[in-house]
Amino acid sequence: MAINSVWVFAQVTNGAATTGTLELLTKARSLSSNVTAVLGGDASGVAAQLGDYGATKVYATGDLAGKLPGVAVSGAMKAIIDGGDKPDLILFPQNYEGRDVLSRLSVKLNKSVLTNSIDVAVDGDAVNATTPIFGGNTLVTTTFTGEGPYLVAFRPKSFAAEASGGAPAAIAAASVPDLGATGGAKVTAVHVEESTGPKLDEANIVVSGGRGLGEADKYEMVEELAKLLKGAPGASRAIVDAGWVPYSYQVGQTGKVVKPSVYIAAGISGATQHMVGMKGAKNIIAINKDKEAPIFGIADLGIVGDVHKVLPKLIEALKGR
Amino acid sequence: MNVIVCVKQIPDPALPGALDGATNTLKRDGKLILDDSDAYGVEMALQLVDAAGGGEVSIISMAPNGETAGMRTALAMGAAKGILVSDPALQGSDALTTAKVLAAAAQRLGGADLIIAATESSDGYTGTVPEQMAEVLGLPSVTFAKKVKIDGGVLKADRQTEEGYDEVECALPALISVTAGVVEPRYPSFKGIMAAKSKPVEEVTASDLGVTPAGWAGAGQKVTLVAQAEARQAGEIVEDDGESFGKIVAFLENLKVI
Repeated sequence: MAINSVWVFAQVTNGAATTGTLELLTKARSLSSNVTAVLGGDASGVAAQLGDYGATKVYATGDLAGKLPGVAVSGAMKAIIDGGDKPDLILFPQNYEGRDVLSRLSVKLNKSVLTNSIDVAVDGDAVNATTPIFGGNTLVTTTFTGEGPYLVAFRPKSFAAEASGGAPAAIAAASVPDLGATGGAKVTAVHVEESTGPKLDEANIVVSGGRGLGEADKYEMVEELAKLLKGAPGASRAIVDAGWVPYSYQVGQTGKVVKPSVYIAAGISGATQHMVGMKGAKNIIAINKDKEAPIFGIADLGIVGDVHKVLPKLIEALKGR
Repeated sequence: MNVIVCVKQIPDPALPGALDGATNTLKRDGKLILDDSDAYGVEMALQLVDAAGGGEVSIISMAPNGETAGMRTALAMGAAKGILVSDPALQGSDALTTAKVLAAAAQRLGGADLIIAATESSDGYTGTVPEQMAEVLGLPSVTFAKKVKIDGGVLKADRQTEEGYDEVECALPALISVTAGVVEPRYPSFKGIMAAKSKPVEEVTASDLGVTPAGWAGAGQKVTLVAQAEARQAGEIVEDDGESFGKIVAFLENLKVI
């Protein structure tokens, strides 16, 4: 069985397809010429963009009217499959909505899932997904057994998004079936946390702070340095859990995966959970007072020292330029 | 108000992880502890039951070798009872089978007003089990909840999103997954630890719960290759002598980012 049809769970923010969606479409079209996007929302504004990255068709549910995408989009997908349009492989982004849709659909189809993957390859009849474990130092290849659709979620930036110049995707309506009790959750308000400067997962330079800063107020140094470098501030899970900064700042396995040109880790020891999210950076600078800290094992430049002494001097030096 | 919390007992995350050479699954045959991520769910459950003025917190877990050490930590925090699913036939189970097993364990307890899980475990982190459980049980769910309260029989939660957060209202019974840091987990008191030793934990097998097929046969996937990733090499490490900021400036200049 070759792969004839691939679906991508597509997402839209501010009227455009997300970078993650375009990454998955780029990969999907390398596996099959029959690529379909499935969107929980209205596709009229993004059909051209989805087509440009490889989708020939987009199923769109229209406005979800407060329903959570997990139940609604998985329900729509199941209805399409029951109707006879069955993909061999469905690609999901490893994010909040992607995980929810994937999980609900896996039960509806009674199919296994693979998550946190960074690559997928088709080898004859086998679909093989690659997943890093133990902080990324070991790569595991897993193959699906039994029949598809095979369900896989990919970490952000697993693939480079490249336009193909394809024609706009044809829009097909997908209806959300009666969700019964599972539809009992409704979004009543949406809050967007405003941040200035580049987005954490798109910034060319990221400056992150950790427990070594000592107290919440000291995070200001990280923000100031990030601003001077026109980068984005990030954080380890430790200080997010401690409530110093919002969850949206978190870099790591359970936060954002970043691949900037330069990553500066200030007062971060380098727990596995953090390193998973930043070891793809081109250049890593680490400042930590413990010379045994694991972060130094992957740093291109490591300063064994107190962040409270090094950062103010660095900030002064950059201000004077 | 009755709450069920799903807890995972995992190898100590401070120790290096290892794969079983024969099966390519995570080794979990040593001492297991309560996953830190689950302490938040246990704490939240205790607070919600307390706020409701009655009811109890139960815990469910799936682990090899009849392991209950991690469950005892949750019982010591204040949970009343638990079900442990332990069965050699469950070795190699994928997330979907795990969700079916835990859903059946929840039903064995007679269900609950609310089921709480962490967003993902710290060892395997597939991250799909809570939402899969909700689907198996036919329940609504709010995943990635970072603030939760029950108000007039309705669950109100702030749900983490890519851009910020959504306020979500949800009918009960329901399932939620909670992010780390959502509450401050209490430390078990000495009295709690002593009391936990005698709290009931029923040990059952997959077939007791009517879940088949499980384990390798039910997994729908198998590991075919394990390889070392290209290691990142350490670069220049210097002790701060008061002037090392200059090294950073030079490094950034060299990259032409300043």
